[in-house]
Amino acid sequence: MEAAVAAISGHAASFTPALSIAAWLRVTTVLLAVASPLRAGVLPEDRADAMYHSYDGGGVTIDGPSYLIRKGDNKNFSVSANYYVDSISSASIDVVTQGSPYNEQRTQWSGSVDYLHADTSMSASYSYSDETDYTADSYGLSISQSMFGDLTTVTLGYSRGDDDISSSVDPDFEDTADHQNFHISLSQVLTKKLLLSLNYDAITDEGYLQNPYRNLRVLNDPNDPSAGYNFNTPERYPNTRTSNAVSANFLYHLPFRAAVKAGYRYYTDDWDIDAHTAEVGYIHPLWGKWMFEVNYRYYTQTNADFYGDLFARPDQQNFMARDKELSEFEDHTVGFALSYEVLENGWGYFNRATLNLKYSHIWFDYDNFTDVRGNPAVGQEPRYDFDADVIQLFGSVWY
Amino acid sequence: MKPRASLILSLVLLLSACSNIEPWVKPYERAYLADPIMSFGRDPVSDNYLSHVYQVREGARGAEGGHGGGCGCN
Amino acid sequence: MNRLMQLLKHTLRAAGFTGLFMAATANAEISSGPAPDFALKSHSGENLRLSEFRGEVVMINFWASWCGPCRQEMPLLDELYSQYQPLGFTILGVNVEQDSTKARKLLKDIPVSFPILFDNKSEVSKLYDVIAMPSTVLVDRDGNVRYLHQGYKPGYEDSYQQQVRALIRE
Repeated sequence: MEAAVAAISGHAASFTPALSIAAWLRVTTVLLAVASPLRAGVLPEDRADAMYHSYDGGGVTIDGPSYLIRKGDNKNFSVSANYYVDSISSASIDVVTQGSPYNEQRTQWSGSVDYLHADTSMSASYSYSDETDYTADSYGLSISQSMFGDLTTVTLGYSRGDDDISSSVDPDFEDTADHQNFHISLSQVLTKKLLLSLNYDAITDEGYLQNPYRNLRVLNDPNDPSAGYNFNTPERYPNTRTSNAVSANFLYHLPFRAAVKAGYRYYTDDWDIDAHTAEVGYIHPLWGKWMFEVNYRYYTQTNADFYGDLFARPDQQNFMARDKELSEFEDHTVGFALSYEVLENGWGYFNRATLNLKYSHIWFDYDNFTDVRGNPAVGQEPRYDFDADVIQLFGSVWY
Repeated sequence: MKPRASLILSLVLLLSACSNIEPWVKPYERAYLADPIMSFGRDPVSDNYLSHVYQVREGARGAEGGHGGGCGCN
Repeated sequence: MNRLMQLLKHTLRAAGFTGLFMAATANAEISSGPAPDFALKSHSGENLRLSEFRGEVVMINFWASWCGPCRQEMPLLDELYSQYQPLGFTILGVNVEQDSTKARKLLKDIPVSFPILFDNKSEVSKLYDVIAMPSTVLVDRDGNVRYLHQGYKPGYEDSYQQQVRALIRE
């Protein structure tokens, strides 16, 4: 396989750049992960969670633990800490077509402090993420206010992330990226049985926003597609990105003990990506101690304006990318969750404990990213698709 | 400048009056809302993880999930 | 554009002054004046009327089984009751749920010695304009509301104790 790639790309067989999923991991994910679920008027519940997570799809397997612990003084303060690890084994399509499979580990530590005064909550959070070629620091602040007898809660948040990017292939390469996220949300009790959550996020990224390992697919001869293509040219991304996302989520309690949820999100950014996300779910407690959930999620996006699966020339555009994450594609998820109430009436220090298993299956279908394994001729490349299994097994205790 | 000040004052008065709007769902009617199934972020560790799975593979980010729910006590 | 801005300005001004008016006349949970009388069926089966307790200090505590702080508060109220009941003090625990099943189950797990009343039709909750859970109203020996506590946070029981003692001494 590597020999074939080397022959087309003209690289010496011994030099096979490792493609790291690391640079794909946007730090904003960390910022949002760090924010605690603020509900003004009450502190978040004291709890501890231990989770094993696993993702397996498209040649990539990532698994690891996630631990959370939260404790408050029942009056004004609550603190939390989270430890999260991704152990990555990657033989993804980009890795296989442009590099060689690799193993990597990403560790993330985060913490937050919440302060409550009457109907106002404030939260400060910090997160640090580390892997061999990418470190990220992020800070977040948010404030939440409840009104109308706790029927409405408004939350404002700001977070900032600073990333340091290096390359395991090029020791002289070093760059930075920073991110800012403005968040506003409204949680509203509409009726005795209906809840609404409206969310808005404006995110700005600046700096080195691409992957130092990924290259473009360019025709060997712009006038002759039958001459084949190569992966010699690195990607060139803009160094800013500004996005806006708005969503509405509903939760409705049915006449019997069950709930339905539905949500829609619209996303747009200045890279020309427009995305729609729609989710529905059904939650049903069973036989007293069990809770069952089934959900479906649909996602579709348009490609970035500088994205191309195949370019005619290496200098065709100012900005060029072949990241499938920026292509035109859609994905569908079907998910199931099962929860068991282990301690209904408490046991010593613990009030409550649950055991949970969640399984999701995701199908990814790319419209303009092709599968070039096996080196198909230009015009013969099949569209790429793959599916993934996501498993979460976790236990939670409340005290 | 003067008309602007009165505008701001009106906005402040309107917002302060808002705090006196009677809740249309009384606290004693919140039995359904207090049910643990009526909470958007029941398992924060799980929700954050799944958000992360999608963020890494999709172009979109932000405005994920929902917040809120609960009994409205205190 | 200018006309729109003018219209917006006038609307906001009008809304603002309406707001001020509303603020001045809005209802609030009863925190003073004579305690409205009511009669409800109790946990033990008999009907209890508030005015029957005239001459004693009465604490009316509005609670629900689904309310965490209410459950936290119950054992503390029970302690308060056993301590001051011989001195002319009683607690009426008004459960606000339309279906009393969960409340009765909770009382088996957290038994209390003071009377529990079931406000299945929310009549008393409306009468007292309950806008927080839990809500605790202290009524003096003459039947007047003297103190109101909205919500429960650890530490409130100390003010309850102080206020009950003050009302008993009157």
